[in-house]
Amino acid sequence: MTLAVNPAQLGADPAPILSAGDVSRFYGERIGCAGVSFDLWPGEVLGIVGESGSGKSTLLRCLAGIDRPDQGEVRFAGRAGGMLDIFSVSEQERRAMMRTEWGIVHQNPRDGLRMHVSAGGNVGERLMDRGDRHYGRIRAAAADWLARVEIDPGRIDDRPVQFSGGMQQRLQIARVLVSGPRLVFMDEPTGGLDVSVQARLLDLVRVLVRDLGLAAIIVTHDLAVARLLTDRLMVMKAGRVVEQGLTDQVLDDPQHPYTQLLTSAILSA
Amino acid sequence: MTRRAYDDGRTAAYNYAYLDEQTKRMIRRALLKAVAVPGYQVPFGSREMPLARGWGTGGIQITAAIIGPADTLKVIDQGADDTTNAVSIRRFFERTAAARTTEATAAATIIQTRHRIPEQPLAAGQILVYQVPLPEPLRRLEPREAETRKMHAWAEYGLMHVRLYENIARFGEVTTTYDYPVAVNGRYVMAPSPIPKFDNPKMDMCPALQLFGAGREKRIYAVPPHTRVVSLDFEDHPFRIQSWTEPCGLCGATDTYLDEVVTDDRGGRMFVCSDSHHCETRRAEGHHGPMLAAAASIHLVEKEDAA
Repeated sequence: MTLAVNPAQLGADPAPILSAGDVSRFYGERIGCAGVSFDLWPGEVLGIVGESGSGKSTLLRCLAGIDRPDQGEVRFAGRAGGMLDIFSVSEQERRAMMRTEWGIVHQNPRDGLRMHVSAGGNVGERLMDRGDRHYGRIRAAAADWLARVEIDPGRIDDRPVQFSGGMQQRLQIARVLVSGPRLVFMDEPTGGLDVSVQARLLDLVRVLVRDLGLAAIIVTHDLAVARLLTDRLMVMKAGRVVEQGLTDQVLDDPQHPYTQLLTSAILSA
Repeated sequence: MTRRAYDDGRTAAYNYAYLDEQTKRMIRRALLKAVAVPGYQVPFGSREMPLARGWGTGGIQITAAIIGPADTLKVIDQGADDTTNAVSIRRFFERTAAARTTEATAAATIIQTRHRIPEQPLAAGQILVYQVPLPEPLRRLEPREAETRKMHAWAEYGLMHVRLYENIARFGEVTTTYDYPVAVNGRYVMAPSPIPKFDNPKMDMCPALQLFGAGREKRIYAVPPHTRVVSLDFEDHPFRIQSWTEPCGLCGATDTYLDEVVTDDRGGRMFVCSDSHHCETRRAEGHHGPMLAAAASIHLVEKEDAA
């Protein structure tokens, strides 16, 4: 399949921000994910869909620098220019990049938030990691970001345990975006939320991604989410990518039997 | 120091200063490393001591490893020389090391302390040994030991400021009043043991050697003489020490750390210096606080002190 529009031809920046080459990770004999290669350009939103156990989250963890792939490489566009293999640099540098260059919105907010630290502290943590030492400015930035993810800034001193599931998810997004990353990974951002809350969250993510010109990789099993948010789609099955292309093309004209099965399984399109 | 068992006729069953020489060597090696890397927690093989863990076994092991026949030992607990723990530890070293002991800060070469730094400035050549219950300043924020080690290794200390942020957000100021985290020599963040934050500035550029021992947690760390020790803060919420609106009731001092003492069952109370030796010295010099006569009447101090 050829891509009708390559984002690289649209923007001024022709270099990909993230480049995965033959990324594979095995759990003993079993395959986590195998032979995944793709490029992601600045401002592009890539969806990874597939059924439960198809290796989506494994792939995401490798791309985000959490788990080291057994094969292949993940390269990220450094600020200084040039592509940097994130697993060739020291763990210290990789952790620094994970705090500043990209962020992860976890499926379960408990993995991404400090549940007993106030919302303001959660959002401000990355700023303090970065070395900000002015309380007033950290708090102002936190209040600003809470407003941008539609959380009442009056709840800045409440703890995440006092928030609803949807608010926790939005707080996670604010916590990640406050340090101005260029890439965001989202693992099932709408998992476990009811439909109306899902819709608001999706709307918010769409606006933020477009406004900030962020690149994003969104893992989901929900094709409706993929259609709403993503430019490009990768379909995974049993740890391998079986089809990829522009979202509309993949969903409206699926080529691979598994993708055809997936799209026909949607209740209402 | 001699390798031969110490023998004064009573304690020949024990080696000099209780610990065997190999253990002392191990502790001294940990101490040397700790001094070489200020603020870094060095693991050591903490031994069972004839004292429950949590009562100062870390401090007592360091003291045992560094004390020699020429040393003079002072032991304080919450600033006082006459509390149970201080008396017991002092007697322990009198018995096992025939140590000369003193209550005078200036006369001591080794001062083992729990919860205070003496009010009188320390001098070069003196060693302050702290008893530390929780050596890891990040522990309450990050429970994983593997993770806190990485955070120390790479100076990822943003989380420490999250704790201070939470204090200010909730209470309008940093409410941590003891064990207030410090950055040593511009590198390691260190728990100063549960001393009041009033004492934190005394650690900075102190001419004395400061050694920290955590017996239960098996860690030793140190601040060498003349080392920068900075209490963590925000630019717009600078570090401040406690202050009191009244002077010490016994000696009238206005620049010391005061304890509140309840004097009767009708709400009577007074503030007195927590450093008992410092307070006594000042009274001997003729300083009198407003509550001295009242304190003598309830036998808080000797009558002749009040005269």
